[in-house]
Amino acid sequence: MSGEGTGQPGQAAGWDRQQMADRLAREFQDGWIVNLGVGIPTLCSNTDLGDRAVIYHAENGVIGYGPVLPPGQEDLHLVNAGGQNVSLKPGAAIVHHADSFGIIRSGRIDVTVMGAYEVSADGDFANWKVGGAKGGGIGGAMDLAACAQRVFIILEHVTRKGEPRLVRQCSLPVTARGVVTLVATNYGLFAPSGEGFAVRELAPGISLEAARAATGAPLFG
Amino acid sequence: MPRSKTVESFAAAVADIPDGAVIAFGGFAGPGTPYNLTRALLDQGARRLTCIANTTGGAHQPRLPDVGMLVENGQVAKVICSFTAATRPTDVLPFTKYHEAGEVEAELVPQGTLAERLRAAGAGIPAFYTPTAVGTELAEGRETRVINGREYLLEYALPCDIAFIRAWRADAAGNLQFRLSQRNFCPLMGMAAKLTIVEVEEEILPAGALDPDHIHLPGIFVQRMVQVPPPPEGLWTIRRQERAR
Repeated sequence: MSGEGTGQPGQAAGWDRQQMADRLAREFQDGWIVNLGVGIPTLCSNTDLGDRAVIYHAENGVIGYGPVLPPGQEDLHLVNAGGQNVSLKPGAAIVHHADSFGIIRSGRIDVTVMGAYEVSADGDFANWKVGGAKGGGIGGAMDLAACAQRVFIILEHVTRKGEPRLVRQCSLPVTARGVVTLVATNYGLFAPSGEGFAVRELAPGISLEAARAATGAPLFG
Repeated sequence: MPRSKTVESFAAAVADIPDGAVIAFGGFAGPGTPYNLTRALLDQGARRLTCIANTTGGAHQPRLPDVGMLVENGQVAKVICSFTAATRPTDVLPFTKYHEAGEVEAELVPQGTLAERLRAAGAGIPAFYTPTAVGTELAEGRETRVINGREYLLEYALPCDIAFIRAWRADAAGNLQFRLSQRNFCPLMGMAAKLTIVEVEEEILPAGALDPDHIHLPGIFVQRMVQVPPPPEGLWTIRRQERAR
């Protein structure tokens, strides 16, 4: 798998999903214990980190899983938190759910990468309930968000209707408050700064003006 | 000789489950899920159940028996789980419409809190404080406490009448081994329940055949076991690519 994403010259401006995941994965440091959420965050495991080794933790008690196995080679007793039939790396371990979340709550997870509907300038984020719904899907997100050392978010910069997802205040019920330190979108890499978002990097073809126009809080270049 | 814990059929294992029982269902994304016991409960028909599970299931086809089917069968009054709706718009949980319509009550619990509430019940701990969900809608109106400068939310233990779980190996004493991610909630639910019923994948071995150092749930927490027959009689699992078809 490419560590540089799958973007081709001439395609639409900005990063594709793999490039967003790659950009966050390159922040991972050697020895980190990493929990990847379902969806785009799982693409972080495709990124080539060179000499840096990270340990992937899944909520269902799998510590040290490796790539998803091709059809016919799966072990049906082994899934990651997204239900994918993964492999185990040498040194892997299995625990039950309470111990798995003990690992999370005691701060052993160096970074969790999750998807979200919205992220606020204060580092709040919302990813468990959509507007008007009675219920939602929390899974392990609230435990991870409250207790991981770092919370990274991957999301499209705007909704399908073109509304910003990086906002002053979340309009949806939050998953945790003040925890997000880094956000990758198709527009670039941003860090919540309280007053707004600091622009750490802009994706190719994205101007600061374009990013400002698509963001619901001040951007500091 | 102590009375045997091995029961001949799934139907016999669930026959005396009363209306109103609180039942925990093990399993996470397949491994550890008690499909055969759940199917037997669909046939048995107990009603007004409270079902505890990570999810009500049913987001993908084809389906194996899940809590959502018990809901559709009119057997459930309340579910306690970490997903009452799917987070991806493309996935729809069959349970969601029953919840939205107010036909079935739901208590939505963060997954780690769910696991710890079960663990606490099995460990004789009535309640605990956790940092999870502080500052969210789930914490509104509930007791919190600042300990060493950080705010925590009070959560209560979650005892169950019955646990349905699935194990890999067992001996006649009821000692269980789970294989890989099959373990998930299963030993926690087994300890939290007064009556633990297990579907066992491999042939149930004589007492003494399993190494005492490698038991994931001791037999003192296990009351009934049924061996899963090979397909088609017994329900096993669905491979991901079969689901995708």
